[in-house]
Amino acid sequence: MSEAHVVLDGVTRVFARAAQEPLHALGPIDLTLKRGEFFAVVGPSGCGKSTLLDAIAGLSVVTDGVVRIDGQAVAGSVPPGVGVVFQDDASFPWLTVEDNIAFGLRRQGVDGAEVARRVADALSLMGLTDFARAYPAQLSGGMRQRVCIARTLVLQPRLILLDEPFGALDQQTRLLMGDELLNLWRKTGATILLITHALDEAAMLSDRVGVMSARPGRFLEIVETRWPRDRDSTIVSSPEFGAAASRLWTLLRAESLKAMQHQARAQTV
Amino acid sequence: MKPATRLRIVVLVAAVAAVELSCRSGVIGAFTMIAPSQMVVSLWELLASGRLHNDIARTLTAVCIAFGGAVTVGALSGAVIHALPRLRRTADPLLAAYYSVPVFVFYPMFIVMLGLNDRPKIMIGFLYAVAAMTINTLNGLDRVSPVLLKTARMFRMGWASTTLSVVLPSAAPYLFTGVKLAIAYSFIGVVGSEFILSTGGLGYQIGFAYHDFNNKTMYALILFILGVVLIVNMSLHAWEKVLMARRGLQ
Ligand SMILES: Nc1ncnc2c1ncn2[C@@H]1O[C@H](COP(=O)(O)OP(=O)(O)O)[C@@H](O)[C@H]1O
Ligand SMILES: [Mg+2]
Repeated sequence: MSEAHVVLDGVTRVFARAAQEPLHALGPIDLTLKRGEFFAVVGPSGCGKSTLLDAIAGLSVVTDGVVRIDGQAVAGSVPPGVGVVFQDDASFPWLTVEDNIAFGLRRQGVDGAEVARRVADALSLMGLTDFARAYPAQLSGGMRQRVCIARTLVLQPRLILLDEPFGALDQQTRLLMGDELLNLWRKTGATILLITHALDEAAMLSDRVGVMSARPGRFLEIVETRWPRDRDSTIVSSPEFGAAASRLWTLLRAESLKAMQHQARAQTV
Repeated sequence: MKPATRLRIVVLVAAVAAVELSCRSGVIGAFTMIAPSQMVVSLWELLASGRLHNDIARTLTAVCIAFGGAVTVGALSGAVIHALPRLRRTADPLLAAYYSVPVFVFYPMFIVMLGLNDRPKIMIGFLYAVAAMTINTLNGLDRVSPVLLKTARMFRMGWASTTLSVVLPSAAPYLFTGVKLAIAYSFIGVVGSEFILSTGGLGYQIGFAYHDFNNKTMYALILFILGVVLIVNMSLHAWEKVLMARRGLQ
């Protein structure tokens, strides 16, 4: 259980900008995700969370340091067995919901009956069965986000990276989706990295929560929750949950203020 | 039927009826314009006589070649310019200024270079149409969402399948606009050139009838061209609706 799945070693990202000084967005970051763990990342907006996800997925080339998945360095291409759910809506508008979800499976050459079975499962898991034939343009933002989640999860990735996947959902749906994610995590034994701006979500779902500083993003502290593996959303009423969430907020408050002042300064110039 | 569509039809029918009445009552003289009903009859006779089949075929062939060339070359050059940012910086202002060039001024030059045959007018039609296709291809490629490209990489798709399954469908609505404009501009370029100087084709025959004071033929041919353009446009419109319905848009 404590075997390393993802290792970040001094990972740093600096964006070159035209006619401006380079922007140091992230790092250096050292982090090890254990195989099968549920790790959440919280941090003020603009602190480099999405940049971190890109680096881990191999979607960007880091400026310094190295990301290793299963001991292999990643750079510039996504290794097999890695599934990503992006922060922005990434559904294909020209495909129906079911064709969106089947997209990756068909590409992998999974046979038709198996595709149909897995898509039907994913549709019901995400509460989209009645919308199988609808197009993304006919859905709400939250439903489109669920389509993207389903499209990634049907591939049964060993490492799942989610970037604020429940951002467009209301609080109740968010809690229920959290439970579904926990179920899937238990069933598949996948390693999950969840970026979220909801502290309660981070505290409820994960084994550990990495709290990031304002830009350039670094981990200020990694909070361990020590939940049992068969937890669900009912733990929000336990005193331990309250303690974990308030610990996160204490750490984040000062950083969020800093980030807000950053933004205010950027707007006045 | 939508109220807007109904209104459009009413306005159109009223306008045609007004022209018909004005011609029949002599408000518009027979040397100026013949009544719409007479245009239809005259066109029918022309088509039945088979006199113009040659010219029709010649013009439509020229338009098709100009259009096909413009769409192919425009899409390819759009893709190349998009792929090379340095070329892009040079090309952008040129493309933006392109429509201020009256392409027809080059017509005499093309006749000298290519001879008095159908090639110069194909060239003019092509030149009018190719910029529209290039610009709209660039536009379409610019609008391919970065997160969809990241998604393609997440699915470990190579260059070819990304282009086919993500880039093309993303850019399709813009490419379609380019195609629509390319058809219209090819028509304008070809028929316009035929007016100026040519040995045949619909534009040539309209010009000939005009100089011959042959109103019957002239208006019949104008009606014919309007009819062809209308049919092409309506087919494209219908196709566009099908494509939009395939994305759940109305
Ligand atoms: N391609 C880029 N070029 C320049 N700056 C970027 C780029 N992508 C992100 N940034 C900047 O890097 C910082 C971190 O961005 P991001 O990782 O998206 O933050 P978060 O996801 O935590 O809100 C932000 O200030 C953002 O403006
Ligand atoms: Mg982000």
